[in-house]
Amino acid sequence: MIALRTLCPLLVVAGLALIPAFTSANTTLNFLVFALIVALSAQGWNILAGYGGQFSFGHAAFFGLGAYGTALAQARFGINPWVAFAAGIGLAALAGTVIGYLSFRAGLRGSYFTLVTLAFAEVFRILFNAASFTGGAAGVLVKLDVRPENFQFASRSVFYWVVLGIVALVLLLTMRLERSRFGAWLIAIRENEAAAKALGVDVLMVKLQAIALSAAITGAAGGLYVQYFLYLDANIGFGPWISVETLMAAIIGGAGTALGPVLGALALHGLGQLTKGIAGGTPGIDLVLFGALLILAVAFMRDGIIGRLRRLLVWGRR
Amino acid sequence: MLSPDIILAAVLNGLMNGAIYALIALGLTLVYGVLHIINFAHGATLTAAMFVVFIAFTVFGIDPFVMIPAMALGFFGVGYALQRFVVGPAAQGSDNNVLLITLGLSIMIENGLLAVFHSDTRSIDVPYGFSSFDLGFTFLSVPKVAGFGVSLAVALVLWVILIRTDTGKAIRAVARERMGAELAGIDVEHIFAVTFGLGAATVAIAACLLMPTFYVSPRIGNAFVLVAFTIVVLGGMGSIPGAVTGALIVGIIESVSGLFLDESLGQLGIFILFILVLLLRPTGLFGART
Amino acid sequence: MTKLINRRTLLAGSTMVATTVAMPGILRAAEPPTVKVGVIQPVTGALAYDGQQGQIGAEAAIKAINDAGGIKSLGGAKIEMVFGDARSTPEGGTAEVERMAAAEVSAIVGGFASPICLAASQAASRYDLPYLVDVGVADSIITRGLKNTFRFGPGFGIVAQTGLDNLVKINDAAGKPAKTVVIVHEDGLFGAGLAKLLQAELPKRGFEILDTIAHPTPSRDMSNVALQIKAKNPDLVIPSSYYGEMVLLMRTLQQQHIKPKGIYCILNGAASNFRFVKEFPDAAQYLMDCNHWHDPRKPVAEALRKTVEASGKFWTYNIPMNYSSMVILADAIERAGSTDRLKIIEALNSSTFAGHIMPYGPTKFVGGQNQGAAPVNTQVQAGDIKVIYPTDFADAKVVYPYPA
Repeated sequence: MIALRTLCPLLVVAGLALIPAFTSANTTLNFLVFALIVALSAQGWNILAGYGGQFSFGHAAFFGLGAYGTALAQARFGINPWVAFAAGIGLAALAGTVIGYLSFRAGLRGSYFTLVTLAFAEVFRILFNAASFTGGAAGVLVKLDVRPENFQFASRSVFYWVVLGIVALVLLLTMRLERSRFGAWLIAIRENEAAAKALGVDVLMVKLQAIALSAAITGAAGGLYVQYFLYLDANIGFGPWISVETLMAAIIGGAGTALGPVLGALALHGLGQLTKGIAGGTPGIDLVLFGALLILAVAFMRDGIIGRLRRLLVWGRR
Repeated sequence: MLSPDIILAAVLNGLMNGAIYALIALGLTLVYGVLHIINFAHGATLTAAMFVVFIAFTVFGIDPFVMIPAMALGFFGVGYALQRFVVGPAAQGSDNNVLLITLGLSIMIENGLLAVFHSDTRSIDVPYGFSSFDLGFTFLSVPKVAGFGVSLAVALVLWVILIRTDTGKAIRAVARERMGAELAGIDVEHIFAVTFGLGAATVAIAACLLMPTFYVSPRIGNAFVLVAFTIVVLGGMGSIPGAVTGALIVGIIESVSGLFLDESLGQLGIFILFILVLLLRPTGLFGART
Repeated sequence: MTKLINRRTLLAGSTMVATTVAMPGILRAAEPPTVKVGVIQPVTGALAYDGQQGQIGAEAAIKAINDAGGIKSLGGAKIEMVFGDARSTPEGGTAEVERMAAAEVSAIVGGFASPICLAASQAASRYDLPYLVDVGVADSIITRGLKNTFRFGPGFGIVAQTGLDNLVKINDAAGKPAKTVVIVHEDGLFGAGLAKLLQAELPKRGFEILDTIAHPTPSRDMSNVALQIKAKNPDLVIPSSYYGEMVLLMRTLQQQHIKPKGIYCILNGAASNFRFVKEFPDAAQYLMDCNHWHDPRKPVAEALRKTVEASGKFWTYNIPMNYSSMVILADAIERAGSTDRLKIIEALNSSTFAGHIMPYGPTKFVGGQNQGAAPVNTQVQAGDIKVIYPTDFADAKVVYPYPA
């Protein structure tokens, strides 16, 4: 079983990495890039919520800060995009720490934490929409200048590999985390915070580290978004859509599993394409179908795709 | 500087808006208090109810205020059925799943409405839409004042139902101690569904009160849900008096801060209040620590 | 005239060929190849209404072109629409561009909102795919130096400039009744940008700005805005809001008995919208707007309007703008005599097409921007929307200041 656990993610990443060798269709690559950006965002969410049990509904705050950090550092200060990307990640991690410090110290748990994250994301959205430094409502444009040192690539495949590389890196990190002491503490807090505390776990510290890491990863997703689409405004960066996509991907795939968010994002976006394909002309019908399939998926996969797969495996061995 | 007349007018206006928010928040807080879930389909339910009111008026000529009893009953049934036959069974007891299912429902409802009604913004022109009470310093819109009254009356009725009736007592029992209630022979699934139904009914009434002065489009419900969350938190999750008081406070703050800050940043005021309440007194004004 | 005859004869000829060839049952082989054209509109999500209106315009144009014999230089090739829903998001638009590029469209028309246009045109530039922006007013769409991107309608700067110029003219002609102004705007790209321009320009033209009020979209209530207007008591209110908020504001002003000397909008979401005018004629009466509007002198435009209204839809500017963009593109393909993307870009650059239905005169793209594009002034009068400016094709006289 342990071997399978390591093997599966490897196979998934390898399979994904080979796709550009079989298809040069940019439609497919574009679809995959966006799905993987959502996957990365969901991987970030998964650290805090999946493993740590701190259910955020405001990861848009981190996505947006990562994106704005990346974009503004280039557009306002002329910093190299790769460095700007790192700055964006740093900014998101910092915001995660501050938000975490404020809310965890106040003892916010469960739905209360969920709601406070939602509110923080909204505050950022309103502020970034109004401030002139951020470009206000007009948003920020990253200058189109296709050079690798600019984090812009002529070929969609290269960008795809970069995104996939980061996703794989986070996947590895998450798998290590599962087996680390930090990971054990985090899971202990999820299962029973009081008991973890009684056992001597520094609950606040562990939660803070988790939210910083989580925010950094989701921030990276934001940075990638802006490098790919080269345009950003407050509703894209901080809008509820990304919070929703993020947690849907993670939960559908299987929260608290390393591979879950990646599978979830791919499944979710695949589903979106599928329903778009079958629904035809009338606007809205495809999304109705999508919503229905989402409910069915939840009804038949209690612990997400990974949970379903595991049960199938266990059942197969009996 | 702004004259006191304007500020007083803004306060009155805030109170009337707050009363509508109260109805929307009531449903949310009730469902949260009993089922411990955040219903993300709340906004879409509101939109759907508004479309029903719109159809009733434009096709059959039925006044929104006359629709109130029918809407409340009808949506109670819809809410009951949704929880009993969709949300409950599909969630299999996992809160994460409830979240996804209510999200899925809201996507379905919103886009179903989009497919049927298209995305036009629609409003109805009731005969009393522009009539107002002249207070000298301002004009109070008649439909808004009526909405204010109905809204508070509904909250009172709901409160009486919870305190006086057997079902109400069962709801409160389930809210407090689910296992115990189950052992005492209360049909918890039924109570969950009743609660969900009550939530839908309050939102349906809110739709009747909104339509004479507002408009409807397939996504409009969301505009009210975020503010309803704030109110629920401010009043204490699960508390009905809290929701009503919180709603009136938020209505006034929104209105007055809009005067001084401007409308966009006025929204910021609400969220900052929301964060402060959560950080400083997460149980809200009326909530008891669980 | 010769063109018309040619078209007719060609049309008759091709039908004859088609029927004769159809007899042995190989109709398909004999049909001229189609030209695929992408149409991107946000038909779901927040902007769905505008997207669906835009789609009506593009479809009407394609039907008209095909009914008139298609692209003659390509043997009467019919235009085949490849439609894409941008889902009101930039990434939705980008995904559709990728799909269309793979489906080998020759060009793309549409986008509506500036963020969608920015992202979609950029994605299209990777394939040298001509992209004709239908509405998107952000100036940055054109200033990025993308060779494939064209905008038929006016950009933000031009609209604001024209709007201000015409406001001064209207005010001067009435004996300068308005001196003070309150600006109301939605806090998004379009409203906030416009407010900034107005704040800089209005004082230069002798107006005093008493207040600038921003509001979010959607707003739950506009009573506060109305109260502030009441408190400041300006001569003129300049609102830039989307449909829902504008209707709410006007209804509240009516209900609160607030009557400024004039309400002058620029790019307003409701002031040139027949739904508002029909549903609340009293609240809409005398509302002035500087906006995109079709050329009422052109019979094709009026005929299209009748068709749209007969189908139970409301007439909005999205329809003629998309219609026009599509016929301009068809003309470019016609002149390019090819579905080659670079040749179409070249043909667009040399376009002098005047057969569109907007009041812009012959098309001339410089750096992608159509030079003749300009907004017009309209006013709601007795349940109809009339053009009041420019005077050479106005169909009504302005009523200003408002009668008491």
